Amino acid sequence: MRLVLREALLIFRRAPLLSALSVTTIAFSLFAVGLFGLVAVNLQQALRQVAERVEIVAYLLPGTPIESITLAQKDIEAFPEVASATYVSEDRALARARAELVEFRDVLQELERNPLPGSIEVKLKAGFRDAEHVNEVADRLRGFGFVDDVRFGRDWVEKLDRLQQIAAAVGLVVGAAFAAVAVIIIGTTIRMAVLQRSREIAIMRLVGATDGFIRRPFLLQGAIKGMLGGLVAIGLSYGAYVLINRWLIQAAFFTREQAGTVVIFGTLIGLFGSAASVGRHLRRV
Amino acid sequence: MIKLTNVFKAFPKGGLALKDVSFHIAKGEFVFLTGHSGAGKSTVLKLVYADEPPTSGEVRVSGFNLSELRRKDIPMLRRRLGIVFQDFRLLEDRTAEENVAFALEVTAARRATIPARVMRVLTQVGLAAKAQAYPRELSGGEQQRVAIARALVNEPTVLLADEPTGNLDERATRGVFQLLRDINASGTAVVMATHDLDLVRQAPYRVIELQEGALVYDSAVDELRDQAASP
Repeated sequence: MRLVLREALLIFRRAPLLSALSVTTIAFSLFAVGLFGLVAVNLQQALRQVAERVEIVAYLLPGTPIESITLAQKDIEAFPEVASATYVSEDRALARARAELVEFRDVLQELERNPLPGSIEVKLKAGFRDAEHVNEVADRLRGFGFVDDVRFGRDWVEKLDRLQQIAAAVGLVVGAAFAAVAVIIIGTTIRMAVLQRSREIAIMRLVGATDGFIRRPFLLQGAIKGMLGGLVAIGLSYGAYVLINRWLIQAAFFTREQAGTVVIFGTLIGLFGSAASVGRHLRRV
Repeated sequence: MIKLTNVFKAFPKGGLALKDVSFHIAKGEFVFLTGHSGAGKSTVLKLVYADEPPTSGEVRVSGFNLSELRRKDIPMLRRRLGIVFQDFRLLEDRTAEENVAFALEVTAARRATIPARVMRVLTQVGLAAKAQAYPRELSGGEQQRVAIARALVNEPTVLLADEPTGNLDERATRGVFQLLRDINASGTAVVMATHDLDLVRQAPYRVIELQEGALVYDSAVDELRDQAASP
């Protein structure tokens, strides 16, 4: 193992320029992936925030006894999709209307009878905020005898749904394309490192080195390069994030796990890229 | 120890490089492999160290049947051989000592024993004083000595030398040749490909001559026949 490490580090020491070049190439390839990832992460977050507003309101028939309502509220909260169910009494509805609809304050003030119905406002858990689940919950709410009407922004939910699907599809396709480009570019730089040492590989084989012995230092240095590239890419992304935050918009950065994934992705590309390059080279000589 | 039987070698684009070559080299022998450039000397050596497979015929080296040799066994074969080339093939960024040690490191030799073994062979080739020198700091003759030391450090039973003096001046040639003779005297077989006929005439060793891929003369066989023919 010590020998493998020594040989791997020797590769860096002997060709510092080429090594720096490959790390830079890997870093910028992953940076492109990372930037796209940042966009995706922020878009997703924005959509999630919008989706949090998805709400189903069940209007209640006037005169429904409070006991039935409390019971129903418990039932509704037990639905697997439901995050919370809040009862809004007729009085609270009026108070809320007075506070929010300032223009109508006079009209509302002069009312002799409260025209607003009581309601149960239902919020859904993340992952259930799509049209299908919303419809399902709405149907179930309609099943309660004292529910007069159920409202939710159907069009709006469906549009949001479609937007999320498009975002996911575009993210997947563009992300895969970026990743593929990164893999190809990184593979090429690693191939250069192998070709640069082809004479040395030939000599190793002559003196009786096994393929595994020849391969191991390359794999290690490939993984190290990929990891360094990944770390630099995260650094670059962070720089970009800071700039965007300062000059353009409030944005979110990767979570620790996402950043870790980029580094691991780089490491794996380095590892497998090296394995493929050395393997192909060894089969040929 | 090295036995070629009816060996043919065809290269996809180069035509027939060896035609029906058979010979046997015994333990401890010194053999010159001669012939013009392109006669097939290097090809014979390549077959012996399993760089190329024979197209047909059988090649046996030190207990290995090379027609049946799997790729993963090639390193094991090469560890029993020492190989020396005209162009030395040293690693430029390692000292003489490191170049020699390298051949041991790849073979999973006990690490503690490596420095002593390296110094011993460097002393044997007369380069102990230049162990720390890089190849570019050494003369051609000295570089070839490092290469020979590297070939010897695994204690091979046979040393293959492909035009080892081809890049050397006359003095260095004599030195390297003498070194190979000393190595042979201590029991290692030496197969030396060369087209330097002066060298061949200097020593009473067996000569195998190739011409356009065919074996045209083998002193071991032909001298016996000549003796038999003249009563």
